[in-house]
Amino acid sequence: MTAPQTGFKERAAAALSDGALKIAIDRTTGTAERKRATALAAFPEFDAARERGKAIKDHVIAHLDHYLEMFERNATAAGAQVHWATDDAEARAIVTRICLDADAKLVTRSKSMLGEEIGLPHALADAGIERVETDLAEHIIQLAGERPSHIVWPAMHRTREQVADLFRTGHNPPPAAEDPGTMVQSARRELRAKFLAADIGISGANFLVADTGATCTVTNEGNAELTTTPPRIHIVTAGIEKLVPSTAHAFALLRLLVRSATGGEMTQYTTFHHGPKRAGDADGPEEMHIVLVDNGRSRMLGDEFREMLRCIRCGACMNHCVVYRQIGGHAYGGTYPGPMGAVLTPVLDGLAQSRDLAHACTMNGRCAEVCPVGIPLPTLLRAWRRRSWRERLEPGSVRAGIGLWAMLARRPALYRMASRIGVRALRLLGRRGWISTLPLARGWTAYRDMPRPPGRTFMEQYRADQARRGGGK
Amino acid sequence: MSAKPSPRVGLFVTCLVDAIRPGIGFAAIQLLEEAGCRVEVPQGQTCCGQPALNSGDETDAAHLARQTIAAFEGCDHVVLPSGSCAGTMVHAYPELLAGDPQWAARARAFAAKTHEITSFLVDVMGYRPQGRRLDASATYHDSCAGLRELGIAAQPRALLAQVEGLRMRPLEGNDVCCGFGGTFCVKYPQISDAITTEKAEAVERSGADILLAGDLGCLMNMAGKLHRRGARTRCFHTIEVLAGHADGPGIGEEG
Repeated sequence: MTAPQTGFKERAAAALSDGALKIAIDRTTGTAERKRATALAAFPEFDAARERGKAIKDHVIAHLDHYLEMFERNATAAGAQVHWATDDAEARAIVTRICLDADAKLVTRSKSMLGEEIGLPHALADAGIERVETDLAEHIIQLAGERPSHIVWPAMHRTREQVADLFRTGHNPPPAAEDPGTMVQSARRELRAKFLAADIGISGANFLVADTGATCTVTNEGNAELTTTPPRIHIVTAGIEKLVPSTAHAFALLRLLVRSATGGEMTQYTTFHHGPKRAGDADGPEEMHIVLVDNGRSRMLGDEFREMLRCIRCGACMNHCVVYRQIGGHAYGGTYPGPMGAVLTPVLDGLAQSRDLAHACTMNGRCAEVCPVGIPLPTLLRAWRRRSWRERLEPGSVRAGIGLWAMLARRPALYRMASRIGVRALRLLGRRGWISTLPLARGWTAYRDMPRPPGRTFMEQYRADQARRGGGK
Repeated sequence: MSAKPSPRVGLFVTCLVDAIRPGIGFAAIQLLEEAGCRVEVPQGQTCCGQPALNSGDETDAAHLARQTIAAFEGCDHVVLPSGSCAGTMVHAYPELLAGDPQWAARARAFAAKTHEITSFLVDVMGYRPQGRRLDASATYHDSCAGLRELGIAAQPRALLAQVEGLRMRPLEGNDVCCGFGGTFCVKYPQISDAITTEKAEAVERSGADILLAGDLGCLMNMAGKLHRRGARTRCFHTIEVLAGHADGPGIGEEG
């Protein structure tokens, strides 16, 4: 992966000063939040469905080897070729080799976060292969030379006004008008020629169905179908946690996924790919390759992040996250943003580089509340904080501060004395109720005032009252 | 005399209440006594350990959990004017001490008798304040930990409904985090500020005279932002209003 050049705090600061970004995020996440709430209100059995979804994923994760073998057997029987990649480099190498062996010049790609995770866009460019993103939002960010900022709406950080600018320079001829309908028509015209000319189509998979060997893709634009049907070769890249035992299980999860992601009941297109074109088929690819990618997932099986393998990539956690809604997806610096990204990025990129993410969370729990498969995201973020503390990755100043505070808190008498002195010192810093500059917590007083404490702590006043009451007897 | 013995309630005074707003502690004692409890304030208590826990320092957090459990072992109930600290005791203590054969069962027993104060008053004691009056409009922020870890939403509202003259106004995004997040607000002050600004705007739009919440951390954050913005909204802990203390100074006001 191309590591971002700046740190989290710099990226967050840049995002916070971008007014257009905030407008774009509010529009999209606000709509998503409202539509999800409406969809849930009309789906009274949601809690039961969530329990079932969670149980399905837990069952698959507990028997992953069994279902992977079953999937490989059935996919192979259907005529697909199954490849295994232990990490991102191996996954890139497998896909690139298939493309080069086929002498491919033009590859169409339907949005896949796993493709981003393994760095496929760069690998294809390095191999000299032209890549065309076919998802409308991915088309926008390809024109902008960016990466996705959301897992469902990759271009949600851009306003429609900014998209109009991109299309004006990126489309030939430029769209005749700037209304969404005309702009979509223009993108359709640009992409249609590519769909038909592509040698290879690359897609991800929302589910891998073990008992049939099929892969399942959902879209609202139909671009995955146009990516995977006309070209000679179809390559699927998918994480091994995408397995489900059967088609019925895929549908059980799909109901949760779509409502949580877009607030719809079902996506416009839900396609199961079951091997390549057979004799007598009117269309379909001649070859189908399925690349099953581990890239840290089997390591998560055995540790405290196991529950994260339930994630079905709906994006509800980021739509409801107060931090994501202020800084957007790019600030997170990894492939996956928001709360789920803050848990996954240290798995993929290492904790030393991404420890900020686990801390950039207020622990308000809203992400876990909306997660359709019940992933305890704040608990997992706290687990990263614990690991970071144990591995001494936390800054010395934080360790010293917590250490000093804990030393006092562990000694009640000393703690009370320190509190007594502390509140008197704090009082000196303020006037008429408020403190506007705190020497050791400038982060607080840079943006808000601090209530000035009264002269005596509760414990002092309480003990004085007790003594008085005792003395009065 | 009532046949039912009055329960022995240990009041945990959070570190913020102890230092910044002792009146919340006294309001708690008053309400608990009105509800028929015998209240004591064990001297072995300091802080619940949440700053260590949320920083990843489990060793110190576990030590403070043991210290707190030991301090309250003689009480029938442990009550706190904070959903956040109560949530830590109810959920984190048993997890922190699960592997400690001497403390696992004690942590579970402690968690089972620990309550946030409005839920204790309503759900355990069936208490309703009598004869309280406040001519004002107020809006209520649902602090995240109390709401999501302990399910506190109906209890404070039921109690506030007993205050005559108090008109409750809806708060847009009442269940959205205010941006405090403990150490979050000092580690990421700019992000915190952006979140808190949206909260303050919503409070101002509510048009209420008073902002209420059940956690002093959130209240200090919101009150500090409202003051910096020049808003006139007064800020109180829910139980200060319930105890009839809202005729005194609000957070950041000096009499």
